Amino acid sequence: MKSKLDARKLLSEYGNVLVLLLLCAFISIVTLEEQSPRSTAAANRLAEKIAQASPKGANVIVLVRSGKGQQEFADKLKDALTNAGLHVPDSIVGTPRDARIALEKQTATIAAIAADNHMATFCADQLPNLGKAITALNKTTVHQPRKHKWPNFLKKENLLNVLKQISIVAIIAIGMTMVIITAGIDLSVGSLIAFSGVITAVSIQHLAGGGDPTTGHLLLGSAAGILVCAIIGMGTGSLVTLFNIPAFIVTLGVMFIAKGLAFIFSESAPIPVSNEGFAWLGRGSDLMGLPNSVVLMLLLYVIAHVIMAHTSIGRYIYAVGGNPEAARLSGVPVKWVLVFVYTLCGLLAGLGGVMEASLHITGDPKSGTLVELQVIAAVVVGGTSLAGGQGKIFGTLVGALIIGVIRNGMNLTGVEAHMQSVVYGVVILIAVMVDQLKNRSAKTGA
Amino acid sequence: MAEPAQPPLLQMRGISKAFPGVQALSEVDLTLHAGEVLALLGENGAGKSTLIKILGGAHPHDEGAIEIEGHQALLNNPLNSQAAGIGIIYQEFNLVAGLTARENIFLGQEPSRVCFIPRSQEEEQARALFARIGVEIDPNALCGELTVAQQQVVEIAKALSQEARIIVMDEPTAALTPREVEGLLKVIGELRAQGIGIIYISHRLDEIDEIADRVTILRDGSHVATRDKSKLQRDEMIELMVGRSLEKEFPFHECQPGNVRLAVKNLSRSSKVRNVSFELRAGEIVGLTGLVGAGRTETARLIFGADKKESGTVELDGKPIGATSPRDAINCGICLLTEDRKSQGLVLGQTVQENFGLPNLKQFTQTGLIDRAKESDAFAKFVNQIPIKVTSHKQPARTLSGGNQQKVVLAKWLQRNAEVIIFDEPTRGIDVGAKYEIYQLIHQLADEGKAILMISSELPEILGMSDRILVMNEGRITGEITDVSSATQEEIMKLATQREEIAA
Repeated sequence: MKSKLDARKLLSEYGNVLVLLLLCAFISIVTLEEQSPRSTAAANRLAEKIAQASPKGANVIVLVRSGKGQQEFADKLKDALTNAGLHVPDSIVGTPRDARIALEKQTATIAAIAADNHMATFCADQLPNLGKAITALNKTTVHQPRKHKWPNFLKKENLLNVLKQISIVAIIAIGMTMVIITAGIDLSVGSLIAFSGVITAVSIQHLAGGGDPTTGHLLLGSAAGILVCAIIGMGTGSLVTLFNIPAFIVTLGVMFIAKGLAFIFSESAPIPVSNEGFAWLGRGSDLMGLPNSVVLMLLLYVIAHVIMAHTSIGRYIYAVGGNPEAARLSGVPVKWVLVFVYTLCGLLAGLGGVMEASLHITGDPKSGTLVELQVIAAVVVGGTSLAGGQGKIFGTLVGALIIGVIRNGMNLTGVEAHMQSVVYGVVILIAVMVDQLKNRSAKTGA
Repeated sequence: MAEPAQPPLLQMRGISKAFPGVQALSEVDLTLHAGEVLALLGENGAGKSTLIKILGGAHPHDEGAIEIEGHQALLNNPLNSQAAGIGIIYQEFNLVAGLTARENIFLGQEPSRVCFIPRSQEEEQARALFARIGVEIDPNALCGELTVAQQQVVEIAKALSQEARIIVMDEPTAALTPREVEGLLKVIGELRAQGIGIIYISHRLDEIDEIADRVTILRDGSHVATRDKSKLQRDEMIELMVGRSLEKEFPFHECQPGNVRLAVKNLSRSSKVRNVSFELRAGEIVGLTGLVGAGRTETARLIFGADKKESGTVELDGKPIGATSPRDAINCGICLLTEDRKSQGLVLGQTVQENFGLPNLKQFTQTGLIDRAKESDAFAKFVNQIPIKVTSHKQPARTLSGGNQQKVVLAKWLQRNAEVIIFDEPTRGIDVGAKYEIYQLIHQLADEGKAILMISSELPEILGMSDRILVMNEGRITGEITDVSSATQEEIMKLATQREEIAA
């Protein structure tokens, strides 16, 4: 009985983690593909195999199809073969046509060809004919790295890419989670992304005064963008609390205002930042190969978790969302709590705007469109109740991951954009339905 | 009065209903004949509301049978109940303020969903209904613009339009002026003459005397007695309602009042609270009573800073405190245990420990982080001391019984070292057994020198617990009883209904 109860509780609290894992498993299976290995280890293994089959000092040609990372692989192969005591007279990276031309020029006897999977197919096709015409290729054998299957989804660079893609939405979703836990909503964050990006870019260019901006200028400009958004958030919170206007309406208004201002300040054109250093946050990866934006995201999530779970303000946020009157009568400064969450949400949206601008090294008034909905979706899918009072910060991260993974999976399998939109909608509806069922069982199960 | 030959209009037999932790009704019988007014009496929590909610189809009953004119009736939802000819007029009306009287009467009975609504026909019917009741109301007036008494008539007309033969009125006069009460009693007489059976719930014994034919009395969810009104004296009626001797119900307490802790002077807010002044001494329990809407809760909220006062001062130990928010009041050592724990006292979705910690987080916070172990230890102390029945400190507050919820609220204030404690209906919705424990706790607090204001509508509770009694009516304090041992409920009721004399 007890263990059954615990299992149910576990499922309801970590249900979305399970969903995420199932999704990852599913997408992994769907994107399972034969990989042509290009690692140094694979090159060494291939060289060893050829060395065993050929006499010392024999001629081996490297044939690799042109493409991203292929030149490196050809070089690795060449080094490995040389180290194995073989002679590499020629190394070709190119199209099958390049390969044919190169092979036709050979005069010395070629013992073997070290090819990647693509070229190996070409050789299997063409070598019998070529061998008849060219004596050097008479006894040539073709070797290729052993093939293996691995999901495209689970490749390191793909996974990092998923994290990088969700980082902006996930960071803003921290603030949104807090707002939604107080039973509010903030529709302005998408516009604040654009506004913050524009303010940042304008400030940087202004500070630099026509010259190239220094790192100091970049930092000051970014701070300006973030600060302005925090102030706007504070204004939103004040309107919500002082005038008792529903957050939906206030933030809808702010959404239009911020969007309009972004276009006005930028004169409707993207503003480039003429210092590549600005891309550090959006494109750089300094810590153990992790993108900086991802490191920042993880850091902020840890901080936000500590705030929500272990500090007074966190407790207050839950209490205000759960029962504002009881909270007020218990001495909770309800209005300050509300102003705080909207300010923080604005601040994080400002940070998101700087990240977006950094990614493109441009402050673009068109950026951030509809991002507020992605942010809200991440929060809701993460299990935070729109009715307020309930929700977990890490749940939101999982929610953002679920949406990011679904998008990535659909991109990998070539689902077209409009269909992707349909899938997002379905996912959100399912998440909300699960949330409702959970609430119902929590109430009746009590 | 001879029993009619035909079966009674309504017969409820052996009705039982349990809520989690509370047996609200056990084997209650009720009989209502056509053309009579049956008064349903009982203290708060006696089960009257539950019984009429069963009649209205809002709660299913666990056991028992309901017959209407001798036929078994299944009242498992409000629509069935309506179809069975039962019209219930709750204290909170079910009217849409933005619709007219006519539209409200016929709401949900439109002849067809697609047809145009035959407006003139409806208007005529509405006028006929009002004429039948004997009151003139414009069918096209917006309900939001009608007086409370007029809205009540609209509710009655709505019930009649649905061919109700049984009309239940729950405290219909609570918010009416004396003249309006007179009008309502006339309406009830009219309905009775038309053969409608009326179940009338009221605390006002004067009205019962005037209108009721028979009286059914409930106590602690059980049927105590059903008598003809003519054979029942008022004293007996109260005795049957209260049922037990007061000495047994309340623990003994000897009051040793100390210095004046709280002094309230000329507190006012619109017409709800008018010029209220009183003092609370250390170690004293002051009972504050009055009818519903007399301004008791409002007074407490003003002292606590939950509402904004328009004038007046609140002094603690001789120093004025300008509490403009509960936070200020709490910091001064004043706390309020609200009447409605679920909507105002607790954050139901949070754990009991989190609720306990809410006003006390400063004490448990170190370098910005909440020390949960410390919080848990502090709470454990109260769980043992009070004691509070919880399965774990992480239990959601929602899942506790009423008594234990009240104790959690109390614990959070005690941790806060509250000096002036205001209890608003501390035992409402709480079992008899748990009530005694709460009473003991209140005494204990008084013995520790805390000043206590206890608001209650239950006169036995007021008489049994208070060292001094204040009575309010229409926002004023209309009386003070210092010699509680010889005070009676009637004396209190007299003060509670004492109105301003209107100059002729």
